[in-house]
Amino acid sequence: MSDVLAELRGVSRVYQKGKERVEVLHELDLEIPAGDFLAIMGPSGSGKTTLLNLLGGLDRPSAGTVTVGGATLPSMSNNQLSNWRSTHIGFVFQFYNLLPVLTAQKNVELPLLLTSFDSKERASRAAIALDIVGLSDRAKHTPRELSGGEEQRVAIARAIVSDPTLLLCDEPTGDLDRETADEIMKLLQILNSEHGKTIVMVTHDAQAADYANRTLHVDKGKLESRAAA
Amino acid sequence: MKYFGLIWHNIWRKKVRTSLTILSVLVAFLMYTLLNAVGHAMSGGGSLESARRLVVLDKISLVNLLPISYQSKIAAIPGVRNVTHSTWFGGYYQDPKNQFAQFPVVPEEYLKIYPEFVLPDEQMQGFLNNRTGAIVGSTLADKYGWKVGDRVPIQATIWTRKDGGRTWEFDIEGIFHTTDPKGQDAIMLFRYDYFDEARQFGQGLVGWYIVDLDDGADPVAVSNAIDNEFANSPRETETSTEQAFAASFAEQLGNIALIVQLILGAVFFTLLLVTGNTMAQSVRERIGELAVLKTVGFRDGTVLGIVMAESVLIMSIGGALGLILGWILMQGLSKAFAAIIGTGLFLSAGAWIGAALIVVVAGIAAGIFPALHAMRLSIVDALARG
Repeated sequence: MSDVLAELRGVSRVYQKGKERVEVLHELDLEIPAGDFLAIMGPSGSGKTTLLNLLGGLDRPSAGTVTVGGATLPSMSNNQLSNWRSTHIGFVFQFYNLLPVLTAQKNVELPLLLTSFDSKERASRAAIALDIVGLSDRAKHTPRELSGGEEQRVAIARAIVSDPTLLLCDEPTGDLDRETADEIMKLLQILNSEHGKTIVMVTHDAQAADYANRTLHVDKGKLESRAAA
Repeated sequence: MKYFGLIWHNIWRKKVRTSLTILSVLVAFLMYTLLNAVGHAMSGGGSLESARRLVVLDKISLVNLLPISYQSKIAAIPGVRNVTHSTWFGGYYQDPKNQFAQFPVVPEEYLKIYPEFVLPDEQMQGFLNNRTGAIVGSTLADKYGWKVGDRVPIQATIWTRKDGGRTWEFDIEGIFHTTDPKGQDAIMLFRYDYFDEARQFGQGLVGWYIVDLDDGADPVAVSNAIDNEFANSPRETETSTEQAFAASFAEQLGNIALIVQLILGAVFFTLLLVTGNTMAQSVRERIGELAVLKTVGFRDGTVLGIVMAESVLIMSIGGALGLILGWILMQGLSKAFAAIIGTGLFLSAGAWIGAALIVVVAGIAAGIFPALHAMRLSIVDALARG
C-alpha cells in the first residue's frame, strides 16, 4: 500500500424523509490507500451505497470532508464534479446500466465522448478496454444480445476506458450466478493487481469480498470492524 | 456532432412511437406547405414597387365595370407603354363543375402585354380572322381534349346573349402555352368585339384594364396618376398589382390569410402536444440511463442539450419530409389551382425560412420541459429509481 488516495473525515449523511430525519452515515472516518481493493459489506440500509456515492461525488455529505486524489469533493460545483468524475472515477453497477440502444462498443465509448478524442481514437480505446475484459468479439452486439456476465464485463470496460484512478463497484456480482460472479471478481482482481486500479466494492456477497485485499463492515452508518482478507 | 450517434439511437428507441410522431410532424408541415402556398396565391405577394404590369379596377368593387373610354385616357399617362382590357366571363363547359377562367380580350393588345403566352403565327392569324374564334391554354386543351378546329359551347352564368340564350359557341383557333415557369395557361381568350356586340347588356363596358409599364417607369407614380385621372368621376379607379388583383377575387371567399393562419396555429399547437408527450415519455422511460450519463461525467447542460437535440431532430425529420412531400404535391396541384383562381401555387422564400424557424422553435418548445426534467435529475435518486 502506498499514499492515501481517498479519505473521509467525520462524514455524516442525513436525509429528510418527510418529517423524519434519517442519518445514514454517522461521523465516519476512512482512508483508502492508492492500489487498495476494498470490500464494504453490511446489511441493507446500512449506508454502504451512500458511502460509495460520496466517494464518487454523486452525493454530498451533510457534515465532514471527502477527499479523493487531492480533490475536496464537497467544495466542488456540480459541473466540476462532472468533469472530475469523467477522468478520475469508473462506476460499475449491480444491474450494469448499459444503454440498450447502443452496441457494446458504443457503450464503452460513452465516457470518451466527454474527451477531445476523435471518433477513431475513441473506437481504438474502447476496443482496448473490451479486449481487457475479454469481449472483443462481442463489440457489435447490443446489451440484449449479451448474457448478464457479458453485460457486466462491458460495464467494467466502460468504467476503465477513461483510465480512472478509482473504480467504484456497487454490488457488481449481485445479479450474477456464482460462476459468472467469480469470473467478474477475477477480472476486478486483475484490474487491481495488474493495472493498478484502486477498487472500492460494495457487496452482500462474502465470496466476492474474499477477492478484495480487505473488507470493512458498515452497520447503522458506522464502520464496525476491519478484517484483513 | 460527436453526440449525434447517441441522439440518433435514442430517438429510435421506440420505433413505432417515433415514426408516428414524425408522421404527425410530416402532416403538419405538409399542411403548412400547401396552406401557405394557397394563402400566398390568394393574398397576392407582389409589391407595387416591383410590378411591371398594373391592373386598374373600379374603386368600389371589381363587380362594377369601367367605361371603354378609359383606355385612351390611361394610354396617355406618362409611363404607360400599352394598355388593354379584359372582363370576367364566368362560364363553364358542359357541367358547372368544369369552371375555368374565360376572358373577352382584344387579341393583339392582350398578347402584346402578355408575351409569355405563345402560339403559332397561323393560329394567331386564324384567331384574328374569326369573330367567334378563341384560343385556349394547353392545360385546358389537354384537360378537355380540345384541338384546333373544335367548336366549343360555353355556358354563361352572367352574360346572356341578345337572343336570350346563355350558350356561347367558340371555334378553337389556337392553343397557346406560357413561357413563365410560375405562370399558368388554364384560360380561354376570345374576342371582345364579338362579346360586346352579342351580349344583352353592358355594351361599352369592360371588367378591368391591364397596363404595361415603360422600362424605368415608377409603378407607384403611374398607379397614382391613373387613379388621379379618374378621381371624382362616377367610376373612380383603384390601380394595383396583378397579384393583388387575384387576391381581390379570392377575398370574396373570406379572409383567406386569417383562415390559413388559424388552421396552421391549431395544427402546430397540436403538434407541440404530440411531440412534447413523446419526449416526456422518452425521458421518463430512461431515467436510469440519464443518471448513468451524469454518473460517467455528462454535465447537466449536456444532458439538457441531448434531450433538446432529440426533440429538434424529430421535428426536423418530420418537417423536412413534410416540406418535400408538400412541394411535390404543390407542383401537381398548381395547374389545377391556377385554373380556378388564375394563379399557380408557389411557396415564397419567407415561407421556407419560416418553416426552418418553426422546426427549431417547435422542437425546442416540445423538448424544453422533458429536457429540464432530465437536467435536474438527482443522480442518486435516479439511479435508485432506474
